[in-house]
Amino acid sequence: MTSTTDAPTTDPRDTASGGREVQVLYFAALREQVGRAEEQLTLPAGEVRVAELVRLLEAKHPQLRLDAVRVALNEEFADASAPVAPGDVVALIPPVSGG
Amino acid sequence: MTALVAVRDTPLDLGEAIAAVGADHVGGVAVFLGTVRNHNDGRAVTLLEYHAYESMAERQMRKIVDGIAAEIPGVRLAALHRVGELRVGDVAVICVAASEHRGEAFRACRALIDRIKADVPIWKREHGPDGPYWVGWQDARCAGHDHAPASGHEHAHDDHG
Repeated sequence: MTSTTDAPTTDPRDTASGGREVQVLYFAALREQVGRAEEQLTLPAGEVRVAELVRLLEAKHPQLRLDAVRVALNEEFADASAPVAPGDVVALIPPVSGG
Repeated sequence: MTALVAVRDTPLDLGEAIAAVGADHVGGVAVFLGTVRNHNDGRAVTLLEYHAYESMAERQMRKIVDGIAAEIPGVRLAALHRVGELRVGDVAVICVAASEHRGEAFRACRALIDRIKADVPIWKREHGPDGPYWVGWQDARCAGHDHAPASGHEHAHDDHG
């Protein structure tokens, strides 16, 4: 059985290379598909929006199915057009099933 | 007014939630409990494993509570959600709404559980004879069905609670 607390354990601002990294968090079925709870991702140069970040993650992990997945930036749901900034915590939120 | 919001890995206490919304102006307290049932979409369920993005879950629950309190003045709310391994009959979520009169209390309680189920990052995985299954996630098991996901694929969006 897996752990029940899924809180991130690292501060994305602590990354050694610094610059343009974001922390990506995976939950539930996505965590199993990608095989990890979190990872660092370096943003490409220029303005990056949520939709582009999702495409980057799908390219990096071809097994990921992100069509039904919502994105949260720093614990708030974000639209596809929302800008992503270095240091952001990006959470991929599969369909929720609480209650 | 936010009375009590929390995600916990220990059994939930209804008395605590009711006490949290108490106030002299309150004349009605509506309570909703979401419990683990022994079946879902025709599958037997022996265990539900709840996971949360806890910091965001509490943040979103607080936003929901604040939103309802703004819509229904004078209402006091409490929302507790449990994570971890729950057995049939265990309480997974408690929603309590207190108000001057019952109408507002029922309405606020209904809105609270509905919005928690829609927008709080908590997931459950069913365990039973058919093996583990992330509720709401259309995996290979769903792909084998003979209907399109867009046409009333309601079993992928279960209605615990």
